[in-house]
Amino acid sequence: MRRQLKSPAGAAGSAGAADPGALLLAPSRWRLWELALWAAIWAVPVFFGQHAALVNEIAILALFALSLDLILGYAGIVSLGHAAFFGVGAYGAALFAKHVMPDPLVGLAVGTSLSALLGLITSPMIVRGTDLTRLMVTMGVALVLLELANKFDGLTGGADGLQGVVMSPLVIPFIGRFEFDLGARVASFYSLAVLFIAFLLLRRVVHSPLGISMQALRDNRLRLMAIGLSVQGRLVAVYTLAAGLAGAAGALLVQTTGFASLDVFEFHRSADVLLALVIGGAGWLWGGLVGAIAFKVLHDVISSFTAQYWTFWIGLFLVLLMLVGRERLFRPWSWFKRGQR
Amino acid sequence: MLTLLFDGIAYGMLLFVLALGLAVTMGLMNFINLAHGAFAMAGGYILILLMQRAGWPFLACLPAAFVITAAAGALLERTIYRPMYGKPHLDQVLFSIGLTFMAVASVDFFIGSSPQNVQLPDWLRQRFEFGSGPWMLGMGAYRLFIIATCLALALGLQAVLSRTRFGSRLRAAVDDPRVAAGLGIPVNRIFLLTFAVGSGLAGLGGALGADILGLDPTFPLKFMVYFLIVCAVGGTSSITGPLTAALLLGIADVMGKYYLPKLGAFIVYVLMIAILLWRPQGLFSREGKR
Amino acid sequence: MSGAVDTPDDVVLQTLGLVKRFGGITATNNVSMIIRRGARHALIGPNGAGKTTLINQLTGVLAPSEGRVLLGGRDITTLAPHKRVALGLVRTFQINQLFATLTPLQSLALAVAGRRGRARRWWAPMGSDAQINAECEQLLAQFRLTDFANRTTSELPYGKRRLLEIALAVAQKPSVLLLDEPAAGVPGPERADILATVAALPDDVSVLLIEHDMDLVFSFAKTLTVLVNGTVLTEGTPEQIAADPQVRAVYLGDSVPARPGAHHG
Repeated sequence: MRRQLKSPAGAAGSAGAADPGALLLAPSRWRLWELALWAAIWAVPVFFGQHAALVNEIAILALFALSLDLILGYAGIVSLGHAAFFGVGAYGAALFAKHVMPDPLVGLAVGTSLSALLGLITSPMIVRGTDLTRLMVTMGVALVLLELANKFDGLTGGADGLQGVVMSPLVIPFIGRFEFDLGARVASFYSLAVLFIAFLLLRRVVHSPLGISMQALRDNRLRLMAIGLSVQGRLVAVYTLAAGLAGAAGALLVQTTGFASLDVFEFHRSADVLLALVIGGAGWLWGGLVGAIAFKVLHDVISSFTAQYWTFWIGLFLVLLMLVGRERLFRPWSWFKRGQR
Repeated sequence: MLTLLFDGIAYGMLLFVLALGLAVTMGLMNFINLAHGAFAMAGGYILILLMQRAGWPFLACLPAAFVITAAAGALLERTIYRPMYGKPHLDQVLFSIGLTFMAVASVDFFIGSSPQNVQLPDWLRQRFEFGSGPWMLGMGAYRLFIIATCLALALGLQAVLSRTRFGSRLRAAVDDPRVAAGLGIPVNRIFLLTFAVGSGLAGLGGALGADILGLDPTFPLKFMVYFLIVCAVGGTSSITGPLTAALLLGIADVMGKYYLPKLGAFIVYVLMIAILLWRPQGLFSREGKR
Repeated sequence: MSGAVDTPDDVVLQTLGLVKRFGGITATNNVSMIIRRGARHALIGPNGAGKTTLINQLTGVLAPSEGRVLLGGRDITTLAPHKRVALGLVRTFQINQLFATLTPLQSLALAVAGRRGRARRWWAPMGSDAQINAECEQLLAQFRLTDFANRTTSELPYGKRRLLEIALAVAQKPSVLLLDEPAAGVPGPERADILATVAALPDDVSVLLIEHDMDLVFSFAKTLTVLVNGTVLTEGTPEQIAADPQVRAVYLGDSVPARPGAHHG
């Protein structure tokens, strides 16, 4: 079920008397393919400006999926309500822009903080309990928020959504001042930049002692306690961080599209991001990105055949994917072999 | 207010019958089956189709709904559910969501997305009233029928569970499938039967309650949450647990929607979160059960 | 929060009337035990006597139904497991509890970082702390794991995994060490390594050892407690226990001579 972090471990034959420091540091070094991939990703909005809106969409979904990976891939929590944080970030940023100040970066910070706060508040619920109760609680929080947003329609615009969220230009010190254009070019760079920064941040965390301890938590909670580390504290920290990043994704959505609607809280949003992450692979940093791209492609391909019934084909895809086994998706030669993973 | 209580009890009993199959599946096979709502929906649509297209009487459609969904459940269990048993809960969740999507889209395609109307027979449309004023108890015959049927089912199932050999084998298999298999209990067959009966009950509940609950393709997703609440709060290791949870849920929902219409379904979710915070393993589970 | 018990200075770990019930079964029945500083204390008894259950209560994995646990005079009965480790109470597990996807080096580095309070660092990568690296190198050498340092734990042979299990405990620099059947199922060469490590533990570390291997018990322990059906049958020196007819009847049988040391094997 879990993919390992990229590390030189597992090689047959020993590393002999190699310096432990070097061995420990090795996984944290940037690989050539990682650099190449990011260069390619950045090249897209630069050279293919006509796809800016698509880049924007995928970047937002990728950030959302990356945040889900934190709790699914590392803490092992199955959440069907991650949209709760996405929605809080979205509405938080939208309302902030409309009523307080339309600066995008400040709004982003506000959206992120609000959803992180929600994550912190709800974290006691997910630290205990079984898979089922956690599933219920995460779904429940999202449902409650959906209802709240619906009921307080004076504030949120209710079923019609919150229109007319206009952002002021993006001001980046030493770099410049960028107006959000209708062609979404600035938006695509903005979202991609936020995604990139989040990725860099998480990459550092994953290879730090905290990150290793999260991997250890995933492997064996009992053992983690037995070496004196707190399971609960870590889960709360990771859940809060995940909530914050999901909120950032939500904030980006409203800032770049100009409006917020109730569907930011809906079940299908939680289910879609879960699916995207599973396709890309939970438990490694690139899972969210790869998954977001694959999901978007899948969605567009299927929708071009049958716009109304795409849920059927997605459902079929899910069923087959689960029957075959998630890890075997990218190893077709193992499809016809029986037995173990 | 008594009428509300009565309505709430009817709703709760319905939820109980609907959710029972799910609770047993979870307790027995440790399988989170989010497609359970689809079986309920199937039962409702079977009722509709038989009544409207084949002209069957209401009462006859109920056992038909049970049998057909039970058969479908058995077929699916044997073919696609069984390989999923040992897999992690995440896989099971995604798998069953996928099935639900397929079911919802299929119904939408073949039958259409408008809500279906159930033509109840005349004898179920009567209404009995006792007392007057705020303490009046108004009992619709339909709801009485629902309560009576569900109660009978609950008692019957409890009897099967505690008095028959199948029941004791089932309880053994729930406690520890490996040991049970070691004792020669045909665990696979018990899983199959239990899953079939559970799905059949869902179908029956869907047919029985189609009028109250509203039947359209969004049914599985709308009500799945309620079924899961019943299982999470009531626990999956008994019949009385889900029964109590379902009644609580039904009454809370009906009363909540009446007295506080602004907050509607909201109340139920908050209540659920509060209960699960207080007792993460549900109100009735045994300690330490997964 | 220290208990109201007057604890003599050299008692490092003690239980007072510990009871644990699981439904109708009493797994631990009024156990009062004392472990002194520098102890080489073994807990023996037939399978199912409740030895591991007792360890679980000492470490906080299980909450006792009644009774108290005191560490250095301080009442830790309700203290969370990871906090007890910080106080120096460390255990190994009878069934290996390791981090399957980490390497031994990573596991040890994490354990050492935890002890040094550096396990919450989130920016500097693992491996950038020279002191931690040095300790890991020394631990790997001590437990003869250097050649396997960079292999995924799930790929290690069983004997090496057992060594890692103990290495993780030693990395905590414990003051009280609870070893739950450290040599169980371990093949020849690694067995000798484990025995050597256990024998080489510093004098100020107090050790409670659960074992079935009587050779190991009698060569290592200075005090023995015999646990049967959750109750302490008797306590004493190895010679006393080996000669005790009750213990022989219940557990030892005739395989251990009345004077340990006369047996070669």
